[in-house]
Amino acid sequence: MINKVLNRLDPLLILSAALMGVALYLIFIWVPTETNQGAVQRILYFHVPVAWGSMMGILVVSGSSFMYLWKKNEKWDRLAVASAEVGVVFGGIMLLSGMIWARPVWAVWWTGEAKLTTALILFFIYVAYLMFRAYFPPGAHRQRLAAIIGVTGAIDTPIIYFATNLWSQAHPPLVTGPAADADSTLGSDLGIVLLASTIAFTFLFIFLVQNRYKIRKSEDDLVELKRASSTSVMTGAN
Amino acid sequence: MVSQVPQIAVKTEAVVKNFGETAVLRGLDLELPAGEVTVLLGTNGAGKSTLLRILAMLTQIDSGSVSIHGSDIAKNGPAIRAMTGSVLHSPMLYADMSVRENLMFFAEMYRLENVDDLIVKTTSQVGIEPRLDHRIRTLSHGFQKRVALARALMHDPQLLLLDEPESGLDSQSVSRLEKIIDNYRSTGRTVVITTHIVEHALELADRAVVLNSGTVGLTSTNPSQDRAEILAANSSESTSGALP
Amino acid sequence: MMGSFAVIWEIGRKDLLLEIRNKDVVVAIAGFALLVLVIFTFAIDLNQSNAKLVGPGVLWAGIAFAGVTGLNRAFALEVEGNTLEALMLAPMSRDLIYLGKALGNFLFIAVAQIIVIPVFAVLFNLVVFRWEMLVISLLTTIGFSAVGTLFAAMSVRVRAREVMLPLLFLPVVIPLLMAAVESTSHIVNGRSWSDISQWLQLAVAFDVTFVVVFAFIFQHILED
Repeated sequence: MINKVLNRLDPLLILSAALMGVALYLIFIWVPTETNQGAVQRILYFHVPVAWGSMMGILVVSGSSFMYLWKKNEKWDRLAVASAEVGVVFGGIMLLSGMIWARPVWAVWWTGEAKLTTALILFFIYVAYLMFRAYFPPGAHRQRLAAIIGVTGAIDTPIIYFATNLWSQAHPPLVTGPAADADSTLGSDLGIVLLASTIAFTFLFIFLVQNRYKIRKSEDDLVELKRASSTSVMTGAN
Repeated sequence: MVSQVPQIAVKTEAVVKNFGETAVLRGLDLELPAGEVTVLLGTNGAGKSTLLRILAMLTQIDSGSVSIHGSDIAKNGPAIRAMTGSVLHSPMLYADMSVRENLMFFAEMYRLENVDDLIVKTTSQVGIEPRLDHRIRTLSHGFQKRVALARALMHDPQLLLLDEPESGLDSQSVSRLEKIIDNYRSTGRTVVITTHIVEHALELADRAVVLNSGTVGLTSTNPSQDRAEILAANSSESTSGALP
Repeated sequence: MMGSFAVIWEIGRKDLLLEIRNKDVVVAIAGFALLVLVIFTFAIDLNQSNAKLVGPGVLWAGIAFAGVTGLNRAFALEVEGNTLEALMLAPMSRDLIYLGKALGNFLFIAVAQIIVIPVFAVLFNLVVFRWEMLVISLLTTIGFSAVGTLFAAMSVRVRAREVMLPLLFLPVVIPLLMAAVESTSHIVNGRSWSDISQWLQLAVAFDVTFVVVFAFIFQHILED
């Protein structure tokens, strides 16, 4: 019985669950509380890995969109949409967790800082990517157009970053909170926990993308079957 | 001019085109020799219009290959479009421009020379010269269709694609159209046509191809003689094989 | 080469001719943008000091939102009579269709700005008639039409195209919008070239990137 369940479990799921357990232990029990920021600092152990995940998502979307336009192979389209979905979810968590952390530490929910603004704009571009896919009738045409949006986001990223950087120089961000400028009191412990948590979230990201890819593949196979069966219905009628 | 082995004007190999869950073309293999008039037949949804749109390079195939006069349409698009003329379902004209303005604009797109002479020549061929300066919006559908035909003829194409060109035309215009098609054949050029007036088209055509759920159901090189089989295949949803 | 320019010019000229007859697009853009300006003069308690602060942002936000409406309309006009397909039948390489349509859209947004910017200067009581402003306006309009033409062509067959185009267009043009707003606020504050040079460089980089990449990529979006 237990063997059956274990056999059907994805090794990636087991791995990312185990790593997540280790990360949680390190974050909540092992590492001491940072004295300047207090308990809220622990949010960073989630915020940074999730931000890393959403960045991976964007890289994979734009890379595989480019590959789709070049090779016209459906597997690149599936990979693009799978990582867009996971990347947008990670991006949403990144934005929310960042705001919750910023409020006590910087005294504001949001500020015009370059990395924040860039992240928000990219989040919007990839939400638009997913919405476009939802609105447009399925088929090769949709895949081509979606791939173009995926590539556009990547092309725009350096320009957005350069612009938001210039912008935040002209409008210095409001980070006036109680602990904004203090150095961390944790030293190398901080790095260890961040590293462990980032590894755990990386595997979670891969697991989720892989699963979304598989579902996407099944959906495509189903469409294929429907097309094939519509022939046999036609032939059968005569 | 006339060679022993007929040149192939249109060749499709294993062409697949799906729209979502609908498979329109399922591995279509077709060879149409140059200098012939081919009539495409088949029930609604058999893929006739999609095939013409693919040949006109308005629709991209999912897999397979298409070549026109021996060159792949995926690689030599502009050159092939320069020798192809198409009249498809919609007249595709700017409603708020006059007939002349439309034709002059498209002549520019085709980079034609002596545009004024060309417009006089083609418009008299299709009989639209009395209303050259009327706006398209004010003209009937049949008249617009004739303007579209004039545009398709302007650059003197080697391959003419006509998707139900007779719809909306009066009988006089239909006979004009037939004269044009005859003239194309006699000068060694190729015409591919779909039509509702099947019986009549069989008299006119050198070749009939019946499409059947996205593949070639039947080919005849003597359509006026094979009339009965063609009509049977055209009305049935599924038949396969070629006539002896 | 000259032939290519002629084709691009003819497509743009044709759009302009239709626009002179219909007055659909420019009126929509200018009307929308003027309304945004007027509404903001109510929404903000305008005075001499805050006009300089908020004015440039209101101006360019208005033009961006109005532009997106106009671009939608402009492309719908090309698709309603299926004339886009007639252009696709022609033997030119299809990047010329993109460049021609972008030229038309550039002219529409530019003409709308000729109406909107003077009204802005009056309503917000700001000095904007300077060479620097002309350059900013040109660079921004090139970028808007470069991005907007491709996205409008993509959105035109989407069932919710009025929603889809702004969702695609606005995030992508934010860097250009920042450049326009920042440069304009330098100008209304009496500063000049050296203060806005970085923003102008950014706008040029944006325009060149998107014109080149989108012209190259446009052929992929046309055929269904």
